[in-house]
Amino acid sequence: MKNDPDRLPRYTASERANHWLVALTFFLAALSGLAFFHPVFYPLGQLFGGGVWARILHPFFGVAILFFFSSMYLRFRKLCVMTPADWDWLRHVREMIRGDDRDMPESGKLNGGQKLLFWLLAACMALLVLSGIVIWRAYFSPLFPEGLIRFAAIVHAAAGVFMVGLIFGHIYIAIWTRESIDAMIYGKVRRAWAKQHHPAWFREMTGENK
Amino acid sequence: MALQSLDITRRSATTTRPPSQRRTPEVAKLIDVSKCIGCKACQVACMEWNDTRDAVGTNQGVLDNPPDLTENSWTVMRYAEVETGRGLEWLIRKDGCMHCTDPGCLKACPAPGAIVQYSNGIVDFQEEHCIGCGYCITGCPFNIPRLSKKDSKVYKCTLCSDRVAAGLEPACVKTCPTGAIVFGTKEDMKHHAAGRIADLRERGFAGAGLYDPPGVDGTHVMYVLHHADRPELYNGLRKDPSIGAMVGLWKGAAKPLASLALALAAVGAFFHYVIKGPNEVPKEIEKEFEDEKRS
Repeated sequence: MKNDPDRLPRYTASERANHWLVALTFFLAALSGLAFFHPVFYPLGQLFGGGVWARILHPFFGVAILFFFSSMYLRFRKLCVMTPADWDWLRHVREMIRGDDRDMPESGKLNGGQKLLFWLLAACMALLVLSGIVIWRAYFSPLFPEGLIRFAAIVHAAAGVFMVGLIFGHIYIAIWTRESIDAMIYGKVRRAWAKQHHPAWFREMTGENK
Repeated sequence: MALQSLDITRRSATTTRPPSQRRTPEVAKLIDVSKCIGCKACQVACMEWNDTRDAVGTNQGVLDNPPDLTENSWTVMRYAEVETGRGLEWLIRKDGCMHCTDPGCLKACPAPGAIVQYSNGIVDFQEEHCIGCGYCITGCPFNIPRLSKKDSKVYKCTLCSDRVAAGLEPACVKTCPTGAIVFGTKEDMKHHAAGRIADLRERGFAGAGLYDPPGVDGTHVMYVLHHADRPELYNGLRKDPSIGAMVGLWKGAAKPLASLALALAAVGAFFHYVIKGPNEVPKEIEKEFEDEKRS
């Protein structure tokens, strides 16, 4: 597959590694964090050795994801700048969900939905990190007033669950759109796939006009 | 269950009913601030009964010693010198857990069974279930729980739940030399307080009253204050404490609804796939590339 001429390079090895490090740390942080979100999720703490271990580890998972996400942010922020065409794509997203993509505006390397996801995740990360510091009782909470800690607890819970929802969507769309996972696993995609899902990027890569 | 003879009305992070066969009368500790001489015998008795030993601290230039509640000092006397219409007054308040009827600590706690409220009203921490997150500190309207540096568990006054379960009064009550602290059913304590308040009013303390704040549905530690209209005089005792809208939002309906939304999103995605099918590259485009390859 590596030197398959029918395939276009989409993500470099370091981009892929970065993505999967974010994914791994996200799962660790999300599963340990959900344990404190609502009693129904409390048993998830067992995955980490019980509630106490989940409480100890969760903020460190947060530090790890901050590190990896920041790196990903720097890599992709330019690529994810929203253009008028992206907003237009988003306006047509209902048709896409209905399974009718004939009138979808052409997307570049990333479509409007992917870009929007990027910015929403970045916003969630920023909120989670800032509020997470405030509610990290073992080291930082004593530095902050009680009202701020309460507020941060809400922000953290809301941003956390919203981010879990975003990732749910991200995973589903990656499964739904056949072969898109190839891009993040092998780094390359079939030319036909590229032409179907990212026509503007396909032309840019091939110089073809069809 | 730590104390089998005490039934439980609330249990942290638990959505089903806790053991509640019996119904015990609500108890309360009444602290008559006007009778307190600040001898700290209650602090000593608390440490003796609960076998806690605080580190020897440093003199802060005031009588407050230790200067704040700690994981080993579950009650402290707070001394305030205030100027009122009556001249200089020395107001001494025994601080500690108020055992709220609507306990913010218990509502905030994410660990099942780490905080319980017995049907007699005592709010008790079960440290063996505590995970050390400190959410109870965030939820408490009185700034009472203290996180231990040694074991990362949270400690506070138990209202001597072990003694009460055996029909004894709390250690601080037993030791108080002036009778400033009394213990009994909440009803009796209110009745007792009414007599004390009438007496204080007769002596010119027009603002005398009972501190049993309705914002937390009342407490199981109550104060008789000579200036109940100005509780903040007593080293910042809150006038109208409540667990706050923010904790309500944090721990109320929002989380179950968000959990439901996540579940619906997952189910919805599955049915979207089943109904709409995968998003594949259409045949025309595949054919285009196949033709190209052949040529």
